[in-house]
Amino acid sequence: MPGLVQSIERAAAILRLLASSAGRLGVGEIARSLDLPKGTAHGILRTLQAVGFVEQDKTSGKYQLGAALLHLGTSYLDVNELRSRSINWADPLAARSGEAVRIGTLLEGKVLVVHHVFRPDDSLQTLDVGALLPLHATALGKVLLAYDASTAATVLRGELEPYSRRTLVNPRALARALAAVRDAGWGAEVEEMTVGEAGIAAPIRGYGGLVVGAIGVSGAVERICDTKGQPNPTLVAYVRDAARAVSRDLGAARW
Amino acid sequence: MPERYVVSIDQGTTSTRCIVFDRRGQLVSVVQREHQQYFPKPGWVEHDATEIWRNVERIVPRAVAQAGAGPEQIAAIGIANQRETTVLWDRRTGVPYGNAIVWQDTRTDSLVDELARVPGVEAVSQRSGLPLATYFSGPRIRWMLDNTPGLRERAERGDVLFGTMETWLVWNLTGGPEGGIHITDVTNASRTMLMDITTLEWDPYLLSFFGIPASMLPEIRSSAQVYGTSRTVLPGVEIAAALGDQQAALFGQTCFAPGEAKCTYGTGGFLLLNTGRELVRSTHGLLSTVGYRIDGEAPVYALEGPIAIAGSLVQWFRDRLELISTAPEIETLARSVDNNGGCYIVPAFSGLFAPHWRSEARGVIVGLTSYITKGHLARAVLEATGWQTREVVDAMNADSGLALRTLKVDGGMTSDNLLMQFIADVLDVPVVRPMVAETVSLGAAYAAGLAVGYWPDLEGLRQNWHRAGQWLPAMDPQRRAQEYDNWQRAVERAFGWIKQPLA
Ligand SMILES: Nc1ncnc2c1ncn2[C@@H]1O[C@H](COP(=O)(O)OP(=O)(O)OP(=O)(O)O)[C@@H](O)[C@H]1O
Repeated sequence: MPGLVQSIERAAAILRLLASSAGRLGVGEIARSLDLPKGTAHGILRTLQAVGFVEQDKTSGKYQLGAALLHLGTSYLDVNELRSRSINWADPLAARSGEAVRIGTLLEGKVLVVHHVFRPDDSLQTLDVGALLPLHATALGKVLLAYDASTAATVLRGELEPYSRRTLVNPRALARALAAVRDAGWGAEVEEMTVGEAGIAAPIRGYGGLVVGAIGVSGAVERICDTKGQPNPTLVAYVRDAARAVSRDLGAARW
Repeated sequence: MPERYVVSIDQGTTSTRCIVFDRRGQLVSVVQREHQQYFPKPGWVEHDATEIWRNVERIVPRAVAQAGAGPEQIAAIGIANQRETTVLWDRRTGVPYGNAIVWQDTRTDSLVDELARVPGVEAVSQRSGLPLATYFSGPRIRWMLDNTPGLRERAERGDVLFGTMETWLVWNLTGGPEGGIHITDVTNASRTMLMDITTLEWDPYLLSFFGIPASMLPEIRSSAQVYGTSRTVLPGVEIAAALGDQQAALFGQTCFAPGEAKCTYGTGGFLLLNTGRELVRSTHGLLSTVGYRIDGEAPVYALEGPIAIAGSLVQWFRDRLELISTAPEIETLARSVDNNGGCYIVPAFSGLFAPHWRSEARGVIVGLTSYITKGHLARAVLEATGWQTREVVDAMNADSGLALRTLKVDGGMTSDNLLMQFIADVLDVPVVRPMVAETVSLGAAYAAGLAVGYWPDLEGLRQNWHRAGQWLPAMDPQRRAQEYDNWQRAVERAFGWIKQPLA
């Protein structure tokens, strides 16, 4: 059958085999059942293990289906895990940019703030981890929407609440903005939520390129934007570097 | 003029890392390498000092190259190290006598029991500032001399050198058998039980009490001082600082004023309070230790409360109970319930450290009912770290007469928001996280940079410190008191579990 990817077929066969087996299976058993070279079976198992679809027993070295398969529909990366894995990159982003950093994920049509680093000026600031922000009026939200077609469709169909004169309340304008985010690989918001404030964000990707969150800086519009009102390219570069660094840590190969 | 940097080597329990810092105290590059952990018997933990030295030889040039710098751009090297881990080696060959005995190792427990009955033991704590315990290096040296055939004779002839990890690294960096400098810094020396905590010199009384020949011991130096010049790895660069890792974290957190404290939450938890020029003797189960000494200045003392089990309880929950698959998931699980359901875990896995020092205590889970879920257990795991911190802070306040006003935190557990909030709640003070997470490495870099004039003074270093996050206390005082009482009753139930075997 032309056009089919052989390694995916084999991976599917391994998953079926594990699903139908009463106990755990070793690499040798799997290779023999499918008539595959042991090295090939091992490579596929290691990949399936890396994405959480199979688990290896520490003592026997044998494999079984992974817990991730049971809740494929729910988010695969725990939000506290995301914070833990990105904390070492969020701090330098705040230090270099001089701005507050937030990391967000999608939660029920909102941005859930999972991590917040203060602006490094020692002024009085309050942690807003756990806060929910609107998707269409924040840089983090626009980035998350740009890579989630189904949530984007829901948001575009619904009421777009105006927070300021510049909030994108027209679905077509928002759809264009999301396309622009995908083209550029980052997104921004200039006084669309709060007058005088702006933000820049970029996607955090897990294995296979799945977007699992967004990281961004936000602050006074005159610091975030240049004199022409465009997001400052240096800050954009810092944000994208940090997003790439976290993504690499999470196992995204190309980012 | 090309940018100049400071190199810091953090020789830790599980790995060694080299970090290059710039003038603003920002991390420029980092290279890390793990070393093998040896567990030859229950309670024994060892490292191969030669492997650790080889790792240093490999990672330091790599980190400097990654920073895009050459040795001529490195202003100084600073070292922070796992404390109390003990190495003995041959002065002429540089070969260690067996593996290094690691700080977690409890093989000296029966030796320590014996020593506790020797006449004159009362003066040991008074002179060293430390309780007699397996935790410190002195008993380990004695154990090695007693248990390695021929070693004591060789030591008495002057052929054997002792060091903690910073001593071993400095000796090797400065030439090893060919003229290596044999020194230790005063913070590390203060953890041997062999140093007089007031004069900061080796104490002949303590040496004879433990039966250790003076010729093995390194010379005690300040923490920030040029010790010598590196002959390998980064030839020509000055080695300008060494501190025990927890003291380095105190320095990296810029706790320079009396009353300032930090707690590092990794495998264990280590709370250190700067007590200034004054040596505070604890009457509440804390250690008196040297915080740091800048050359030419008086030493700065600290009170320390080490907690043996903090993050390792989370690891136990993950690896032994298998209720979570990664450490951060403990927070997700804990948030699945609103409170601990009346359940408390006292993680006295190998006794309790500060402020109790009860080696016969063992872990307990109390308050179990049919209502308790794994969510409640997850809460109890995190709360154990909070309450252990509270006990140490209470002891510190009582000993120092200063009431702690904020706690600066660092280490892997600071990414846990629920835990950080809980610590603020039970201490009733703000908990603050700094922008540079690598405070141990930063502290060693700061001390080295200070010694060579790369940074002008402590005030300059303070300017580099920024608040990255802060948790404010929000717990109802009555509930706090009630919960603390429950915790203390749980701790009592952990005491006295291990008994001498029935004759
Ligand atoms: N989100 C979290 N919640 C609770 N505990 C955590 C979390 N993330 C990590 N930990 C715990 O923190 C510890 C790791 O912290 P860190 O990396 O600072 O320690 P370490 O490198 O082992 O320190 P040490 O220098 O003491 O060896 C582990 O014990 C782990 O269980």
